[in-house]
Amino acid sequence: MMIFEAILLTIITAATPLLLAAIGEVVVERSGVLNLGVEGMMIMGAASGFAVAILTGSSLLGVMAGLFAGMAMSLLFAALVLGLAANQVASGLALTIFGLGLSGLVGFPFVGAKREAMAHLYLPYLSDLPFFGRVIFGQDPLVYIAFALVVAVALIISRTRAGLILRAVGENHHSAHALGHNVRQVRLLAILFGGACAGLAGAYLSLVYTPFWTPGMTAGRGWIALAIVVFASWRAGRAVIGAYIFGGVSILQLHAQGFGLGVPAQALAALPYLTTIIVLFALSRLPRGSSRAPACLGQPFLPAR
Amino acid sequence: MRLTLERRTQAGIWASLASPTLAVVLTLVFGALLFSLIGIPPLAALTVYFLSPLADLWALEELTVKAAPLILIALGLAPCYLSNNWNIGAEGQLVMGAVAGSAVAIATHGQGHGSYIVWLMLAAGVLGGAAYGLIPAVLKARFGVSEILTSLMLVYVADLLLDYLVRGPWRDPKGFNFPTSVSFGFEARLPGLSETGRLHPGFFLMLLAVALLAFMLARTLKGFEIRLVGEAPRAARFGGFDDKRLTLFVFALSGALAGLAGIIEVAGPIGNLQPTISPGYGFTAIIVAFLGRLNPFGILIAGFFLALTFIGGENAQIALRLPLDVTRVFQGLLLFFVLACDTLILYRLRVTREGAPA
Repeated sequence: MMIFEAILLTIITAATPLLLAAIGEVVVERSGVLNLGVEGMMIMGAASGFAVAILTGSSLLGVMAGLFAGMAMSLLFAALVLGLAANQVASGLALTIFGLGLSGLVGFPFVGAKREAMAHLYLPYLSDLPFFGRVIFGQDPLVYIAFALVVAVALIISRTRAGLILRAVGENHHSAHALGHNVRQVRLLAILFGGACAGLAGAYLSLVYTPFWTPGMTAGRGWIALAIVVFASWRAGRAVIGAYIFGGVSILQLHAQGFGLGVPAQALAALPYLTTIIVLFALSRLPRGSSRAPACLGQPFLPAR
Repeated sequence: MRLTLERRTQAGIWASLASPTLAVVLTLVFGALLFSLIGIPPLAALTVYFLSPLADLWALEELTVKAAPLILIALGLAPCYLSNNWNIGAEGQLVMGAVAGSAVAIATHGQGHGSYIVWLMLAAGVLGGAAYGLIPAVLKARFGVSEILTSLMLVYVADLLLDYLVRGPWRDPKGFNFPTSVSFGFEARLPGLSETGRLHPGFFLMLLAVALLAFMLARTLKGFEIRLVGEAPRAARFGGFDDKRLTLFVFALSGALAGLAGIIEVAGPIGNLQPTISPGYGFTAIIVAFLGRLNPFGILIAGFFLALTFIGGENAQIALRLPLDVTRVFQGLLLFFVLACDTLILYRLRVTREGAPA
């Protein structure tokens, strides 16, 4: 029971950054924009979050710094793809390369610095409940924020006027424009939200998950978050399942390495990446229908007047 | 008053030359700003970055060593990107080319073979890279899986496989437990062509590839098909071109060139298999491809420019004790500016008054 609980707890910490980044990207892609720079925004969030947390001694300020770093990065992306109608795939790649480099500079003075992981929630009695106490009532605040975001995004997209406009812009930007919606403004807000989420995810990695800073510490998680969006068929609720599958795989392979199964450690370490490919492949075998990408995904928009 | 973008009816030749140049200038200006922000004299830093690699013959040779893989890979990426196939996993294809070619070297090590071995290695490298490139291509063409994600994921897998091989079955038994393969024998090395031995035949293979790709893209039906599928996929389908087979073709081609770059690195400058055999050539080549405007001759120039940043970055690490990440920042900035400036080729920036009929 104890080890099972421990594994479950680590899976939650592994899945939360993936979930945060994926939920942001769901909104971005629903607006018709493909931001492949998640990895770059995430690692900037990790570096800036950790740097500010060390300098100020405050986890909260660190988290905020990570969030704003992600947003600042996404603003660069927005300037390119919205302002200059640049190619979205290439711009996203540029954002990732730039972010990996800049995060190395930002984090350079903090390599080797250590601090306590962010405090977990503790509710008297509830958190002490056997088994489910810690899993449900004893997480760090960002775990709850991630789930709150999932619910909020799912409701906003499916139930509100704002969500309807977001979907309209993503499905057919010309029609949305003709109806008087400001396509680029909607997309700007979506991109900024995605940046904030990716930044949060990065801050989670360096302030809770590890908690320290190493260059390149996101290790492809931004890309896995992008795969989760596809897996989730662009729906917020399903992103939870995706994030927990991938979080689970990455934790289980760590435990498997610990047990020494006679399988090379590298083969186990490759599992999250191979799982991504296999899951995307399996998904393509399912009948299409509800799992269609937004129709305008990746297309630049210029009003035809 | 507002700024709007208006599509140009025809892209001028001057614009397609001016845009990459402007991007480079902007990168240098922003780089200087960045240096002064972190308290380093900007002119001195830029000199180290962009001029020190041109200072002497040794440095120039080193430039060819770094430029060759970048240009080879970017040449393969150009047909991919022209036809809307987003192969971003060239780094993995490079590694698999190196692994496949090294398998030949390691299997024949110490058996007294002739120098035909190195040719076999190059062929194996080409095949290995092409086969690895075909995985995302088949997944895309046959099953509609996003090639962007699969090709990138396969980079991590290839890196881990290489790591396993050099720490496990291919580790040199006499190598004091270092995670490297045996040092390749004479028959498995590309000969040095200069006194320092840095310049190697890979450079000339690269020049040959530039000429071949330029011919293919500009003068053959395949080149036409690549551009047509990219610019007007519907028209291409009506024209009887099979875009799925084209996906397989361009991925195999770019995998082959990346694999060639990988085995050239291992059989040339490095000399054996190590856990890391590339400082990210496969990713930097993406920037080379765009800076060269997906044109083989443009890529040739762009490859040399980005090779500068690698050497400049190493020099700056020694001279200014700057982390190597500065190189990545430069490269990222450069790609931003290239993309931004390309907009000015395709569109005209126009100032319009609010409310006035346009």
